[in-house]
Amino acid sequence: MALPPLDSPQWHTSFRAFLWGARSIGATVLTLVLFATYLGIGALAHDSGFSLGWTLASTAFVWAGPAQIIVITTLGSGATVLQSAIAVTVSAIRLFPMVVSVLPMMRTEQTKRRHLILVAHLTAVTLWVECFRFLPQVPRNRRIAFIHGLGLGLVSVCLIANTIGYMLAANLTPLFAAGMLMLTPLAFLFSTARNCRELADVIALVLGLLLFPLAAMLNSGVDILVSGVVAGTIAYAVHRARAGIVGARA
Amino acid sequence: MSTFIGDWHALAILFVAGVIPNQIWRMLGLWFGGGIDENSELLVWVRAVATAILAGIIAQIVVQPPGALASVPDWLRYGAVAAGFVVFMLARKSIFAGVIAGEIVMIAGKYWLG
Repeated sequence: MALPPLDSPQWHTSFRAFLWGARSIGATVLTLVLFATYLGIGALAHDSGFSLGWTLASTAFVWAGPAQIIVITTLGSGATVLQSAIAVTVSAIRLFPMVVSVLPMMRTEQTKRRHLILVAHLTAVTLWVECFRFLPQVPRNRRIAFIHGLGLGLVSVCLIANTIGYMLAANLTPLFAAGMLMLTPLAFLFSTARNCRELADVIALVLGLLLFPLAAMLNSGVDILVSGVVAGTIAYAVHRARAGIVGARA
Repeated sequence: MSTFIGDWHALAILFVAGVIPNQIWRMLGLWFGGGIDENSELLVWVRAVATAILAGIIAQIVVQPPGALASVPDWLRYGAVAAGFVVFMLARKSIFAGVIAGEIVMIAGKYWLG
């Protein structure tokens, strides 16, 4: 699907721009990955004992896959609200630089901060990636409307996927129900591996996977935080040491 | 309707444990954005810890599987992840190819085991 040229009358109204944004969900393979991920989250929520309404509310109001699986997995396995909240907030810090880098792309002289609240809410890794791809093809004064369309389109796809996943987990044979639950770790492992930009990210991913089973033996209730902080800090230390060596050579 | 929502207490917990701790960073980005360098050292550490926490969650689902996934033997779950990863790398980091390969290995393996 090609977007209309920048001077096309198609961009004269915000509503049209919104529709072009919503239609653009069909122009990206990431929509398919999101669909599979949220199918898995629906199944995971079902098997962890949450209601469908709860699951849909988590997608609409949290709108961040990692935070959602952290809430479902930790609360589902008996962690306290505080432990879940800490794990979620650490996972969500990455949203801060994403929002900071996306908003300047759609700000104009007339833009007030409140016009950007929904854009900030919709910002997650998929939208962030797509902003860099689509926005240069959208006139600046229609970008907010376009992103509202694209973001709400993606949320709708995920709400539908959640519902299907939830229903299927309740009714499928154990074989296919297991397959649905496996979607979440696979999709997140590969999308995280793809987003690794620096050595620190790669080490954090590998150590995080390996240290969790060790931390789980402590049975501390904060196993995820223990393995996450230890693995992440080691990764950061390696990054620093390496920067030091490179710096000393230079 | 009551089964759709379940209990309201769980919904309140969702907001305290999930929505607020997640949303706060977006709103901080909206309010204070501009002066932060995406490559600052603090953000490198934060990103590493966040990545490791997510990795831990992935490991938890595979190592201590919920519900129906627990019926699949350990070695088959680990094998499916490994096979998916190999295909992911071979397919030039295609998330979709990796997911499909992992799923095929696990479902075929479980079907074969009966």
